[in-house]
Amino acid sequence: MESGINEFKEGLLNTLKEIAYPLVAILISVIAGGILVYSFGSDPIIAYTAMIKGSLGDWNKTGETLVTVTPLILTGLSIAFAFKCNLFNIGVEGQFIIGSITAVWAGWAFAGLPAILHLPLTLLAGTVAGGIWASVIGWLKAKVGSHEVINGIMMNYIAMYTSNFLVRTVLNVPGKAYSIEIADTAKLWRFSQAFEQFNHSRLHIGIILSLIVALIAYYILNKTVRGYEIRAVGFNPHAAEYGGISVRKNIILAMIVSGLFAGLAGSIMATGVQYRVNNLFGFTGYGLDGIAVSLVGNNHPIGIILSAFLFGVLQKGGPLMQIQGIPKEVVGIIQGIIILFVAANFVKVVMENIKLNKDLKRTAVKEEVE
Amino acid sequence: MEGVGILTIIGIVVTASIRSATPLIFASLGGNFSERSGVFNIGLEGIMTVGAFSAVFFSYKTGSPWAGLLGAMVVGGLFGLLLAFMSIYFKANQVIVGTAINILAASLTTFLLVEIWGRPGQTDNVEYFKAVGPFNLFTYLAFVMVIVSYYVMYKTPFGLRVRAVGEHPRAADTLGVNVYVIRYICVMISGVLAGIGGASLSIGSMSLFKEGMIAGKGFIALAALIFGKWNPIGAALACLFFGFAVALETVATNLPVPREFLYALPYIMTMFAVSGFVGRAVGPAAGGIPYEKGEK
Repeated sequence: MESGINEFKEGLLNTLKEIAYPLVAILISVIAGGILVYSFGSDPIIAYTAMIKGSLGDWNKTGETLVTVTPLILTGLSIAFAFKCNLFNIGVEGQFIIGSITAVWAGWAFAGLPAILHLPLTLLAGTVAGGIWASVIGWLKAKVGSHEVINGIMMNYIAMYTSNFLVRTVLNVPGKAYSIEIADTAKLWRFSQAFEQFNHSRLHIGIILSLIVALIAYYILNKTVRGYEIRAVGFNPHAAEYGGISVRKNIILAMIVSGLFAGLAGSIMATGVQYRVNNLFGFTGYGLDGIAVSLVGNNHPIGIILSAFLFGVLQKGGPLMQIQGIPKEVVGIIQGIIILFVAANFVKVVMENIKLNKDLKRTAVKEEVE
Repeated sequence: MEGVGILTIIGIVVTASIRSATPLIFASLGGNFSERSGVFNIGLEGIMTVGAFSAVFFSYKTGSPWAGLLGAMVVGGLFGLLLAFMSIYFKANQVIVGTAINILAASLTTFLLVEIWGRPGQTDNVEYFKAVGPFNLFTYLAFVMVIVSYYVMYKTPFGLRVRAVGEHPRAADTLGVNVYVIRYICVMISGVLAGIGGASLSIGSMSLFKEGMIAGKGFIALAALIFGKWNPIGAALACLFFGFAVALETVATNLPVPREFLYALPYIMTMFAVSGFVGRAVGPAAGGIPYEKGEK
């Protein structure tokens, strides 16, 4: 009984530590950003007040922040899911792009269907396309062993140029650098249709959808045999193979599921926010930000929802800072520093080193006494 | 018309290929040092960006492009040090640190651009390296660096140690090679070279820094490194080939293939190479894995 309580206490302490480490890292990064702002002659308090006001100041601003949070939750989940199988899906950006363009195609090509069929079909098309795009990376990793990071980066660019090609040809609006618009029957329901508080925001039902998907991801990973196998392969592929789990099959599967999440993120952006795809000159950033989101969220669905919210606030707070005369790029700098600190496990390593030094000193003192 | 056509066009394509390959060569040589020692450098793109910016900044402050070049090397080296410190001391995931460097570089340069020149977009024109003959200084330097890198990597004790550390750090350690020191040096060299690559764009091909001017060249350099099988000469040839794909697009108006296909070609070919469909490209065995002393 006593040991049970101790175990519980230890578990609680570990959970608290897991939450505390990224929080301290975020705090340090925010302070570093403040120092940077201050050193160029602006007031950090004004900067951060503007950031909060700009992202959460009223219903519409909060709505717009949630519009950004939605794809971030999904791309964060995408990275995390692959990561559980010890795969780094840096190709999430490409899967997002392919998901978007495919959803736009389906939203335009199947015009005439009733919304109840057309919308799910459009989302499904984009989601599946993301999964297929990712399956190539998984298949290459499993069959010939080529590195998923290299293939992921390459496929991001191939996705971008494929999308640009389609925008310029099949899905082109003559003379414009963007695609045709999807039919009304393929558009996601917006909150502004029922709540006038959100009249000037594009907040759509996708945010609810992404929360549900987070639950599904948690369920698959932690409560199903398939999820157990994927985690086992990620934890130790040799042991998993010995235990009769197919490593190759699970690598491909984990990549496909990861790609499905990314493809859904792209479809939701197409059907909920933009209704079309622009000619891309660079990446959308949702995929790469997903790396930061999953990292700070410690690859846990609830952590990912919270960290997606944090990054949404950071990004949507930028423009109002700009109006106050502080370059909005401060946001990107803070974001970069957060990733560095969390990736380095900075707080933990430093605390352990301090402890180690103390222990060393104590032993040294003891030896001297003796 | 047809008489002058073909030779002139070939001449234009060849010089254009070499020009667009120049920044790629520096960055992929840099990537070669880092990856050969066992550290993935996804941050090449970001280091090229800060290199391009620093070159313009120091040339603007001093009026000398040489100071710009030196500035780009120092700042590039410092970002290399950041990557090395994070991935060696903290044993952080190298791909994530590289991604953070890319995000940081893009934001930091734009932030400083606005703070120093008072507007977003691009800087003022600064002193730059004008062309001597068909090319500017950087192109000649690039080819010299290919030879130097090859010599260092394959003909010197240092190069042997680098390759040993990237292939089997434990064995190298046992023989008294300091794995950490080799990795620090190599990642910093990679930063310096990527910094020069950035400078070759901002104070070589141009005379200013523009937001987003690197536009994926760091990743193409990475692709070239892999396509060239982690070898300085192979990487340089791959850079020339990728430069050719870009040059072809600028001279030919009626291509039988969509232009997007040409843009995507380097990436498609790299996937084929890394997957063994056209001669297998295999990276250093210990690439991307933090080394822990005394671990079994």
